[in-house]
Amino acid sequence: MAEAELAANTQAEAIVPDIQNPIVTVSDLNLYYGETQALFDIDMQIPEHRVTALIGPSGCGKSTLLRCMNRLNDLIDSVRIEGVVTIDNDDIYGPGYDVISLRRQVGMVFQKSNPFPKSIYENLVYGLRIAGENQRAVLDEVVERSLRAAALWDEVKDRLNDSALGLSGGQQQRLCIARAIAVEPSVILMDEPCSALDPIATGRIEETIEDLKKQYTIVIVTHNMQQASRISDYTAFFYLGRLIEMAETSEMFTNPQLKQTEDYVTGRFG
Amino acid sequence: MKNLLNRGPSAHVWKTGVPFIWLTGSALALCLLMVIGLVALVLYHGTGFFWPSDIEAVVLKDGRKALGQRWDKQEIPTSNRTGSGQFRIQLKVGNRDVYGSDFQWIDESDIQSTDYPGDAVVFERREWGNFYGFIEALYEGETRVSNTWDVLQAQLYETRERHEQIREIEKDAIGDLNRQIESLRLKKREIELGGGDADEIDAIDRESRSYWEAYEQLADELAQLRSANEIYRVDVRLIGGEVRQIATADIVRAYRPNQLGILGKSGVYCERIGEFLFDEPRESNTEGGIFPAIFGTVMMVFLMSLAAVPFGILAALYLREYARQGILVRGIRIAVNNLAGVPSIVFGMFGLGFFVYGIGGSIDQFFFSEALPTPTYGTGGILWASLTLALLTVPVMIVSAEEALSAVPSDVRAGSLALGATKLQTILRVVLPGALPGILTGIILVIARGAGEVAPLMITGVVKLAPSLPVDGIWPFFHLERKFMHLGFHIYDVGFQSPNVEAARPMVYTTTLLLMGIVLALNLVAILVRNRLRKRVGGATF
Repeated sequence: MAEAELAANTQAEAIVPDIQNPIVTVSDLNLYYGETQALFDIDMQIPEHRVTALIGPSGCGKSTLLRCMNRLNDLIDSVRIEGVVTIDNDDIYGPGYDVISLRRQVGMVFQKSNPFPKSIYENLVYGLRIAGENQRAVLDEVVERSLRAAALWDEVKDRLNDSALGLSGGQQQRLCIARAIAVEPSVILMDEPCSALDPIATGRIEETIEDLKKQYTIVIVTHNMQQASRISDYTAFFYLGRLIEMAETSEMFTNPQLKQTEDYVTGRFG
Repeated sequence: MKNLLNRGPSAHVWKTGVPFIWLTGSALALCLLMVIGLVALVLYHGTGFFWPSDIEAVVLKDGRKALGQRWDKQEIPTSNRTGSGQFRIQLKVGNRDVYGSDFQWIDESDIQSTDYPGDAVVFERREWGNFYGFIEALYEGETRVSNTWDVLQAQLYETRERHEQIREIEKDAIGDLNRQIESLRLKKREIELGGGDADEIDAIDRESRSYWEAYEQLADELAQLRSANEIYRVDVRLIGGEVRQIATADIVRAYRPNQLGILGKSGVYCERIGEFLFDEPRESNTEGGIFPAIFGTVMMVFLMSLAAVPFGILAALYLREYARQGILVRGIRIAVNNLAGVPSIVFGMFGLGFFVYGIGGSIDQFFFSEALPTPTYGTGGILWASLTLALLTVPVMIVSAEEALSAVPSDVRAGSLALGATKLQTILRVVLPGALPGILTGIILVIARGAGEVAPLMITGVVKLAPSLPVDGIWPFFHLERKFMHLGFHIYDVGFQSPNVEAARPMVYTTTLLLMGIVLALNLVAILVRNRLRKRVGGATF
């Protein structure tokens, strides 16, 4: 019964809130993997200095949408994208747009922690080094600042020159967060950053995200409803490649507009 | 239900998996046993060769006598067993110029008595192999000097010093003159070919005449040294009573093993190993050292790695990081894998046709035309041999480098790109460092494959005896066009092409041991580097 209702609703216009100061705007976005369409007519706005959670069942296109925002989908040969994505009013898919500078502006944290096979220090300053910054004083300052921001400084300050691969899973993930903020992006994309971590490590990362949103705009993909309700200001629900409903998180979890959203967030399907 | 699952005790045994563990374990044990057997055989035969064993003086029942070192002991085959004796022994009696052969088989049953005379001497000679006997008299010129061991050693020392001097003059001074004269000849030829200026040719002739005069002087000096050496001679009494005279200058080393204790024998042993490792071969490679072969092998492996490794890594980078994965790339991958299985002699033939005759021939035509028809690069040499082997090993390098690159998680690449790195930056700073331990494993495989290959070398530059090393003090120091010696070929040559196979057999084992040791040493270096890298990057993937 729920399935039928859902199918009926997918054709309708998505319910989206009015956002005052969007930093990322997605309009009429369609994305195809070869012949298969993965995203359908996405229209949404991401508010600045807020945490926006993207939820939905597996394969609904949340991660794909996330990767559209830093053009990481470019790596896949068969991907074709139609529509407009703007960040700070620049069309990032426009002709002549500089992907490298986009990726400096939009950081990303991956599902599986992916530290480079280098020391902790070199991991953190990687983004600066490839941008040509090699002054020791500047690098040292950035390392401390970003480690403190990711709440990792006290744990690793004595072994900055040790291999990053020797850290625990949770520490590695926070290192990746620190590495992302070391280049001072304006937006941080997080693709299920806690899915491989235990509850304690997850709690630490959620605290970190809480601190970071004062300075950064965060878009986080999560499968964990509680996590979404705990840390996000806005929540967007996706299903089968479409945006179904987006609202303030409190609203979304207490009083969703659509029945299918309510079914998903209360765990009745999905 | 219970009956269906429980099918008797035998099914139960299989279910525990124990027989399978035994099967896999014994397969491994068999492999190890064969390898250990091989190494043990080589070690046993290879290490004993330099030990100065005692000299036996054997008296046979029919009155004949023999003096020599025991070489082997065998059971006599039943079909031609004559006496009641079960075994026969092989004595190395030496004195090839007297007896015609170095070895003598003696049935144990024929032996009347065996004893170990303390004054029996082994003379290792520069030519004709060992000489066994007793010192009868020492001569300095026509005068007989007191016959003591110390006097002989002093004479040996003196003649050896002069011998070294002779060698130095022959090799360095005269070699140098020869090169000057040859280069003048080539210059003259060049001028003649280009039309010819009589004045210049005259000048060259004058210069070359001055070199000839210098040569005459050196030749005189050599003659003096030689005649100074010739005055020392030793009269040696053979076991049969006959006396032979040998020139002291022809003796490399003399020792009385029956009088030497463990310490003294160890001294001789070390001395002989030193000679083996650091000297040049004598007696068509069956005696002396194999330094040129060691040098040639190591240098060839380095040159080969220098060519194969960077090339293989670059090719693997393109295949794995840049090429669009499709049917073409898959085809290339299969082709590369198959290339690794092509018989090495085919590569040798290709190397001969392409590198030696093709590229080398062209180089000769354009840069060394005055030396023609004597080829410079248009003949086998260490460069062409190394490049041929590089061609042979580059598929191994590509495959293992690709393997190492694909072991770097794609998330790490994406992480680098997401930080604003370009693809090149990602490859250089993240992918390659991560793949480096795996790439080093590939280098180990390349070295092992390359150092053991002989067939392609035989037609691209290896020779039985190379007059000079490919590296020396003459500008430009590296002479990559020169022919070289190689341990693998040395084994083949000494073992199968030698005029005195019986005497050379231990040399085969020692050379094998050395080749294995060198491959092991080269690999150990690579393994150490890899472990250091692993510690630095802390990777657990390899």
